[in-house]
Parts: sequence; C-alpha cells; structure tokens
Amino acid sequence: MTKKGVLFISLLACMISLPVAMNAQCKQFAKNTCKAGLEPYQHDGNYHAALLIEGEEAELYKTFYSDREYRIGVCGATNLEAIEFKVVDTRNGKVLYDNSLHDYDWKWDFNLESSQQLKIMVKVPVPEANLDEPEEGCVAIMFGSRDD
Amino acid sequence: MNLKLLLSGRIFLLLFLMLGLILTGCNRGTKTEGSGEFEASGTLDEETQEQLNTAKRIFYSLPSPLETAMLIKNAGAVYDEELMNPVSNTSRYITSKSKALNLGIYSTDLSYASLFDQSQATLDYIAAAKEMADGLNILDAIDEETVTQLEEQINNRDAIIDIISETLMNSSSFLKENDLEGTASVVLVGGWVEGLYIATSLVNENDLDDNKLVERIVDQKLSLDIMISLLESTPEDQDSQAVLEDIRALKAIFDKISINQGESTVVEDPTTQISTIKSESSIKISNRVFTELKAKVVEIRSSYIS
Repeated sequence: MTKKGVLFISLLACMISLPVAMNAQCKQFAKNTCKAGLEPYQHDGNYHAALLIEGEEAELYKTFYSDREYRIGVCGATNLEAIEFKVVDTRNGKVLYDNSLHDYDWKWDFNLESSQQLKIMVKVPVPEANLDEPEEGCVAIMFGSRDD
Repeated sequence: MNLKLLLSGRIFLLLFLMLGLILTGCNRGTKTEGSGEFEASGTLDEETQEQLNTAKRIFYSLPSPLETAMLIKNAGAVYDEELMNPVSNTSRYITSKSKALNLGIYSTDLSYASLFDQSQATLDYIAAAKEMADGLNILDAIDEETVTQLEEQINNRDAIIDIISETLMNSSSFLKENDLEGTASVVLVGGWVEGLYIATSLVNENDLDDNKLVERIVDQKLSLDIMISLLESTPEDQDSQAVLEDIRALKAIFDKISINQGESTVVEDPTTQISTIKSESSIKISNRVFTELKAKVVEIRSSYIS
C-alpha cells in the first residue's frame, strides 16, 4: 500500500469511528450514571442524551400521567459543572421546579393529580475559567416511574 | 511497511483525532426556539451564546412500549393474548417501515405479557422483537445473551422488566447514534398505536364513565403534538412521514375530546420529599367519538401488522 493510501485510510477510519466512539461513550455514561440513579424507579427504556457545550441549553417535552410517581434525572459528565434544570408547565410557562433552588440536585421526584405535558429545560453552566474555551460533555435526561 | 511510514500514519491519526474531537457532536439539533427561561449568565461572548441558543437541542419524548404497557395495566386492564400481534406474523415484515413499526408493536406486546407474568408469551415476543431488531441491523439490542438472561429470570418479573428496559434503550440509542432518528420515531409510534389498540379494545363503548382505562386513552391526546413534532423533525425520512399521516388522522378525532385542566401548583411532602403537582381536570368524550377513535385505531393498527 502507498503512503498516501495509508494516510487516507487513517483519516477515513478516524472520521467514521470517532463520532461513533463518542456517542457510545455518551450511552455508557447515561446507562452507568443516570439510569443507575433512577432506582427504585423503573427506567422507561427511552434514551435522551447528547454532547452539549458549556452555555448550551436543551429542552425536552413529555407527557406525565396521574397515578404514577416519577423521577426526572438530569446528569452531566464529570468535566461539566452541575447541570441546571427547570420543569415547566407547557400551557403557560409556569416553572414548577427549579433545581437551582434545591442545591442543583440532579433529580426530582414527583407525582401528579392530573396527567400533564411538561417541558424540562436544561442548561450547562459556564465556569469563569472556561469562558474562552467552553468544555463539551455528555448530558442525559432520563425518567423512571412506579405505581403511585 | 517501514517505521517512517508507520509514524507518519500515527501522526495523522492523532491530528484527525484532535480535529474530530473539536468538530464532532452527537446529532446536534438545529431547531430554533425562544431564548429559554434561564437567566443570561453574561459569561460567554454574545456571538457564541447566540449560536448556542439558535442550535438548541430539542427532545420529544413519547411513551416507550414499556411505559405504555405499564399505563394500561395500572389503569386496570386485563390480559388478553388475542389482542397481541401473533408472532407467526414476523415473516410478513420485509420493509424497514414494517420492521420498525412491528419492533414497537412486539415490544409493547412483550411488555404487556411480562407485566401479567405470561412466561411463554414473554419468551415468544422477545424472539419476535429480536427478529425485527435484527432485520433493522440494530446490533446487539437484543442479543443471545439477553434471551438467555430472560429465560433464566423468567419467574422474576422485576428482572424481566429491567431486561426489557435495557433492550429498548439499546435499540433507541443505536438508532439515534446512527442518524436513524426517523426509524427510532417509527418504532415508538408502532408501540404507542399497539398500546392504544389494546386499551381501546378492552373498553366497552357503553361503559365510558368513571373508567380509568378511558382516562388513560383520553390522556394520549396530550402526547399527540409531541408525536407530530417528533415525526416532523425528520422530513427526509419517508417512513416517518408516512406514519405522520396516520397520527394526523388520529389527532382529528382526539380533537373532538375535551380536557379541561386548572392551573398547576406544587406541594412537597417534607417527609418523603416527593412533590405533587396539583391541578383539577375533567374530560369529556362521547360514545360516538370513542367508537370513531376505536375504529380508526383498528384500521391503522391492521395496516401496520398486515
């Protein structure tokens, strides 16, 4: 094989395998860190995780049902500051829970009198030291539930 | 290959590894939304913050097949194997759309059977779901080890539910990580339609009042716009666009059902530290609309399993 051929194959292999490897890392993080923390609630099997940059926000829309008890877990990789999240009523934007008022707890346990669609708003904070070069890390939003 | 060539290859590998780390992300979304309700930190420069805001990642979460089955059981449903898609149908599904839909359908049937401690049906339906997942080339979502684990734990419902949850997460993450978001959505729609089919089949049209299962069916109205947004987020995927038409047809019927809900307030139990979102609500569904909904669900589900 020629020198150019070796370089081309190296380049191609990197470009193909790197995103897959990083995504796989994100899945392992979601599984080992976030899903494990949902106990004693039963994880629903859904997977919501992404690589986010410090300063970046994400939103998740989901219907929650009455007569069930839920745990929302929002987990960030160790290289990120504690993730901020709020739970909002989609009908009027009313904030129902804000983890910044609860010592940035990564989870919230709740139940509902009536089934309702809620929005989970997530933000990765930016530490002063990282202003010029914000870090990137995996953030997972996961749900567990059990009979109320 | 000489040492010099090897070294230069390694240097390039390292360079592109670094470049890749900077450039790659996992399926970063491109939808735009409002600026959100977080206070501006004022830390990043305005241009960077603006770029981050306009590329805000948006997730639409539908009930998974497992959650759907849990909701049905929790609402007082009974087990009826006749309502499930027979496992003998697996050979019918040739296209990626039919495999994705029936991966969702069989996953809901699997969850339904396992929640009612139906050992043989659980084993049969994990095999059917595996066949669909294999057909979609979803690697290792349900491997032989999973099937063996399930067989070993067949009398342990909690362990089985954990295994099902794990397989659903494996399928979902594999599809999303491989830019097959449209297929992932179609799987969820298949599972959701199956749940709706089982639930509506178990309700008598003349027994709608004070019926928990009817409440659960009506609650699905709350997920319809999420489902439509999810399917609309993959306009290039033909399968998800085809399924979108079915969901719009269902929405037209669900729009005839009214849900009135008061304002929400949150109360935390200081002992358990579990909060309750309090709000009063009432629903209104006529026999005629329920019958119409049931017929449409049968029609759509039949087209999926045939």
